[in-house]
Amino acid sequence: MSTDVATPSRRVTLGRAARTFLDRRASLMPTLAAFVIFVVLLAGAEIHFGNFVTPLNMSALLLDNAYLLILAVGMTFVIVTGGIDLSVGSVMAFTGVLCAHLLAAGHSAAVVVPVIILGGAAIGLLIGVLVQYFDVQPFIASLAGLFLARGLAYVVSLSSIRVENESILWLQTTRYRLGEWYITPTGIMALLIAAIGAFVMQYTRFGRTIYAIGGNEQSARLMGLDVARTKVLVYVISGVCAGLAGLVLTAYSGAGYPRNGIGTELDVIAAVVIGGTLLTGGTGYVLGSVIGVFVFGTIKTVISFQGAEQSWTRIIVGLMLLLFIGVQRIIVFRSERRR
Amino acid sequence: MTKLMKHRLFWPVCSLLTLIIVNTIARPRFMKITVRDGELYGALIDILRNSAPLMLVALGMTLVIATRGIDLSVGAVMAVSGAVSLTIIDGSSSPGSTGTVLVAIAAGVGVALLLGVWNGFLVAVLNIQPIIATLVLMLAGRGVALLITDGFITTVNSAPLEYVSTGYLLWLPFAFIIAMTAVVVIAVFERRTALGVLTEAVGINPEASRLAGVRSRGIILGAYVVSGTLAGIAGIIYSSNIRAADANAAGDLIELYAILAVVLGGTSLMGGKFTIAGTVIGVLIIQTLKSTILFLGVSSAQSPVFFAAVVILVVLIQSPRLHRMARGLTGGARPANPAPRSDAEVPA
Repeated sequence: MSTDVATPSRRVTLGRAARTFLDRRASLMPTLAAFVIFVVLLAGAEIHFGNFVTPLNMSALLLDNAYLLILAVGMTFVIVTGGIDLSVGSVMAFTGVLCAHLLAAGHSAAVVVPVIILGGAAIGLLIGVLVQYFDVQPFIASLAGLFLARGLAYVVSLSSIRVENESILWLQTTRYRLGEWYITPTGIMALLIAAIGAFVMQYTRFGRTIYAIGGNEQSARLMGLDVARTKVLVYVISGVCAGLAGLVLTAYSGAGYPRNGIGTELDVIAAVVIGGTLLTGGTGYVLGSVIGVFVFGTIKTVISFQGAEQSWTRIIVGLMLLLFIGVQRIIVFRSERRR
Repeated sequence: MTKLMKHRLFWPVCSLLTLIIVNTIARPRFMKITVRDGELYGALIDILRNSAPLMLVALGMTLVIATRGIDLSVGAVMAVSGAVSLTIIDGSSSPGSTGTVLVAIAAGVGVALLLGVWNGFLVAVLNIQPIIATLVLMLAGRGVALLITDGFITTVNSAPLEYVSTGYLLWLPFAFIIAMTAVVVIAVFERRTALGVLTEAVGINPEASRLAGVRSRGIILGAYVVSGTLAGIAGIIYSSNIRAADANAAGDLIELYAILAVVLGGTSLMGGKFTIAGTVIGVLIIQTLKSTILFLGVSSAQSPVFFAAVVILVVLIQSPRLHRMARGLTGGARPANPAPRSDAEVPA
């Protein structure tokens, strides 16, 4: 590095520094690309509509996608280990409808909230144990979780249940304002969970073990890392996040409905992949997933601004996904060639 | 006896027989098949008829899984093919003529084939992970189907179209005959030529098979094309059954049921060895289970709980760890032969 400083031309040094930075942080590239796309999306929408990037609109972006954000954090943990969790949408529906049902039965929120989080964790634990101890593929194990949670949601109730509990509605209706900006407790929850997730992944032994497993499970085991416990725990974390998302969604919609979140698992996976996490595991950032969710949410908002059919959302998200896979392929290809 | 138990179709067949026996005991009419005007009727025939779309989709899925892939887009492809055909029939001046219906069906299946080519191109040529490559179409496909039908549910009244799902040919439901024809054609192509062996080679070790001179790219591409085409046919049977193109409900969750059928039949998701007979049995297990759940009076919305229980039970039965535990319990004297990693290959 010190020789670089000695080179006479400052521009060359900068260029080289940038290249070294990118070489070392090749895994950051997809996330950076996602960020650039997000900014371009916002700028494009602002130019097109003229009134898109307003404090009100941006605050709504967080509010409308809080549940998705929470799910994406949990999913990132699972995907970085090289697994996948298809159950999150159903678990969210199950915990949401369970929450509404228990509240309607007269239980207090202080009892209900821990119960639904435990419910999510239990399904996550089941998936984790199947994956780790019975060698079931994550796809199939979480598929069982998907069916189980969806069925349980219908067992709790076949129809929508209104929520009248004040402390749950408080999560949604309270607005902390700063000028035109506002944030709800659900938004704060989502951001807090993302922050905790990012910290755990980046700075704790547990988080680094997750990356090690995703990189090469065999090596991680030989290094003496606790692979079994970690792999079970990531599914539990995803389940807990799905439970919290159920709470947030119930507060958001003011009701629990067993048909909520059908196909949400795919939206979440798409958001996580757009955020730069590789499905092969080992690479990815929680903050990337946060950006992925915002990209997803912005596309949805743009389409409703445009007044176009909502069916375009999925087409565009699909194309977006393709674009990001392309970007990732190029990066992986380049780094492999250099090796 | 042990040889019989070692056969890889032993457990799937056992599960199917158990289901049938339980059903027969619970409702003796289950086994009854009546002949009316040269057409067979009965609970078993209903199961065969209703299993046709899933059979077709699972058949394609078997080939894709054998190449170490997965096709998540089949449900969306079903929705698109149904939407294309029914929009053509709806827009034509003579929705009742056989010619119109044939053209519409050809168009729907043709579009499905192209979607299969698209998936295959992403996976085989661009080397994108199958799960993500097909996720693109799974997300976008339903949107496309909604655009084709303008967001409405297109309903048509057309006798030739209805024949596809409710008609009879040679005593048997026509839909079932379509599915069986597909099974036989695929089985002949895979097992009477080297294609099946090559497919397995690609699934077991893509790199080694490439070095051995297998054109893996074409084989993988072909698997996705077959899967897309069969899903297209399934989409038409589905639309014909409800006489409408419902872009949201068509093929909803069918990719998961199809994968489940393949795994129940004993094909490992890790790719490689596959069994078409196993998949057929897997589909019949799922369809019989659905019929059983309906008979038990469980609301169809709650049936996923049963499926979850069955999935968990089956994967546990196939799990090598459980085999080891069972062996330890029954007789420790037997030499502990190392359990194979690919659990589904030898389910016994």
